[in-house]
Amino acid sequence: MSKFRNAVLALVSSLAVSASQAEITIGVSLGTTGPGASLGVPYKNAFQLIPKTLGGEPVRYIILDDESKPDGAAKNARKFVSEDKVDALMGSTGVPSAVAMAQVAAEFKTPLIALTPLPPLAPERALWTFIVPQPTELMMSAVAQHMKAHGVKTVGFIGFSDSWGDLVYNAVTSLADSGGYKVLTNERYGRADTSVAGQVLKVMATTPDAIVVGGSGSPGATPHIALVERGYKGPIYHNHGTVNLPFIQTGKKAVEGAIAPTGALIVAEELSADFPTKAVSLDFVKRYETAFGAATRNAFSGYSYDGVLLLDAAAAVALKKAKPGTPEFRAALRDALENIKNVVGTHGVYNMSAANHNGLDERARVLVHVVNGEWRLLK
Amino acid sequence: MNGDIALWLIQDGVTSGAIYALLALALLLVFAVTRIIFVPQGDFISYAGLTLGTLQLGQVPGTIYLLAGGAVLAAAMDGAAALRARAPARLPRIVLVQLCLPLAIAAFAAWAAPRKFPPVGQIAITLALVVPLGPMLYRIAYRPLANASVLVLFIVSMAVHYVLTGLGLVLFGGEGLRSNPISDAKFDLGVLQISAQSIWVLASSLVCMTALWLFFEHTLYGTALRATAINRIGARLVGIPSTLAGQLAFLLAALIGALSGILISPLATIYYDTGLMIGLKGFVGAILGGMASYPLAALGALAVGLLEAFASFWASALKESIVFTFIIPVLLWRSLVSRHAVVEDEEE
Repeated sequence: MSKFRNAVLALVSSLAVSASQAEITIGVSLGTTGPGASLGVPYKNAFQLIPKTLGGEPVRYIILDDESKPDGAAKNARKFVSEDKVDALMGSTGVPSAVAMAQVAAEFKTPLIALTPLPPLAPERALWTFIVPQPTELMMSAVAQHMKAHGVKTVGFIGFSDSWGDLVYNAVTSLADSGGYKVLTNERYGRADTSVAGQVLKVMATTPDAIVVGGSGSPGATPHIALVERGYKGPIYHNHGTVNLPFIQTGKKAVEGAIAPTGALIVAEELSADFPTKAVSLDFVKRYETAFGAATRNAFSGYSYDGVLLLDAAAAVALKKAKPGTPEFRAALRDALENIKNVVGTHGVYNMSAANHNGLDERARVLVHVVNGEWRLLK
Repeated sequence: MNGDIALWLIQDGVTSGAIYALLALALLLVFAVTRIIFVPQGDFISYAGLTLGTLQLGQVPGTIYLLAGGAVLAAAMDGAAALRARAPARLPRIVLVQLCLPLAIAAFAAWAAPRKFPPVGQIAITLALVVPLGPMLYRIAYRPLANASVLVLFIVSMAVHYVLTGLGLVLFGGEGLRSNPISDAKFDLGVLQISAQSIWVLASSLVCMTALWLFFEHTLYGTALRATAINRIGARLVGIPSTLAGQLAFLLAALIGALSGILISPLATIYYDTGLMIGLKGFVGAILGGMASYPLAALGALAVGLLEAFASFWASALKESIVFTFIIPVLLWRSLVSRHAVVEDEEE
């Protein structure tokens, strides 16, 4: 008897499955282990706080770990498109991994929501790729404007001797003309260097009005500490990679007054009431810290969340044109993403176009500074 | 470049050079006594720096699990060996010294951590946690292979280093820590401003080197170590067990590594993988000194520190390349000058 009942149950549940075939499937590849793990984990945490539907339709997220490796991300992306027939891809948490996914997205004509800034892509890849985070130039332009407003004419640069250092240096130099300043030095140091005395001395020997540091996290504090120890009195600017707690825990008293650009959600409480993202940022930050503990807010989880908001807005449009799981739906989703207007995320307001697959503007960054061991809004 | 900057750079170079010199001595000691190129030397720096940093935050350092786990493993190996040798009389000593003592240290550290001891107490706990790892490492990884060739021992060293780095990531996490300096004081000396911490580094290094010299010249154990270094078989014939010599060498190496970690952690942010780079520079120093003479190794390490400071001023992006390229001319010169062209292992 029970065998028969089981058979009926199985039949009914299989019917139920085919009835809900319309659900949307999203393949997410994140580096939750490996060298990028400290970024990958908050990216993943955000998926516990997102709505259960996209455009009103039930959604299933398949989240896989790519161990912060580009080949892992490419493998995951291929599995998503060939086995799971996903409607869109999301990821990854490192620049090379996201580039690898963009290749797969273009090959299989599936939209990709990239969760890191990307270097310029070939046109066919760029067609299917949408980028959530602010470009480095946009972030550093806040620094350039602040320097201009405070009469900074000469800038010393010291940054990582890797691609992050390059990225920040290029942004700072490309903004030099509009900011009305000259970049005097391009000193580099390693993330694990125990001393940056030589580089700091060289920067200080050029007596710059201000110094920009191209580091991130706690190693970003190393030159700042050395500059303060050597008695540098001018302003020291950082970049958005530095806005986290380990930076302050490492730099302690020395990094008081450090200035950096960041997404608005980091200082959600302090935003003025008419700031466009205030409601969304504040809601997300509160829910995130309820779930994962006080002072755990970070930019990365916000990128995951904004990516989902973009998909949500686009899916609502695409569902009117085609059924999920079909090539037509994926194409419609891509078109809808490209035409996104005024979607308010935790980081900023997105307005996409064929030429601009990021769509953020100056409302997507604020300047913060360290006051009494905390990142606070610089007003 | 002017005189002021040169003085600053010399000061910076001498401070890091002092740490490298300590490490060069430890590497040379281990190599002379056991023929092991001790790559994991640097990991003791990371472990000590991170343990001290964690203690200062009032948290329980992950090192206690490593110490407890290592103690169980080492005691089990020695216990099994004692039983196989039908010498159960050795067991009580093994259980007491190799098992209970480290477990007691770990338990004490776990109890003391949230109570935020004064700095000296925290340093003592750090040393008590990290230093016993040296002899344990020797027991677990190297002693079973003590008679293997230099190359095999070197490969074991690489493996041990990767295991320790991986464990470091698990135990301490990926973020770096910077511990509080013993004193915040600064002294003005002409154009220079010298921090108390860098004086601590220099003074501790000098004290350490003098202590090592006294140990080697004037104590029985030190003489035994020197004898083993000069002639392993001869030393065994006159009754110096090579196991004891190996354990002693590793104890000293761990002590020096841990001390370096404690000294450098207020000056630099320590990550789970910082140690390798610092250790390697000590190694370069030892090579500059010819891997044979202690004073030359110390001088070589000092030269590495100075070279690094000036390289970071002139060409910061190429700093590491400059430091490591320095080995090549020295090796060339040495291979041209040295008489014994055939290495001991290749004769076998």
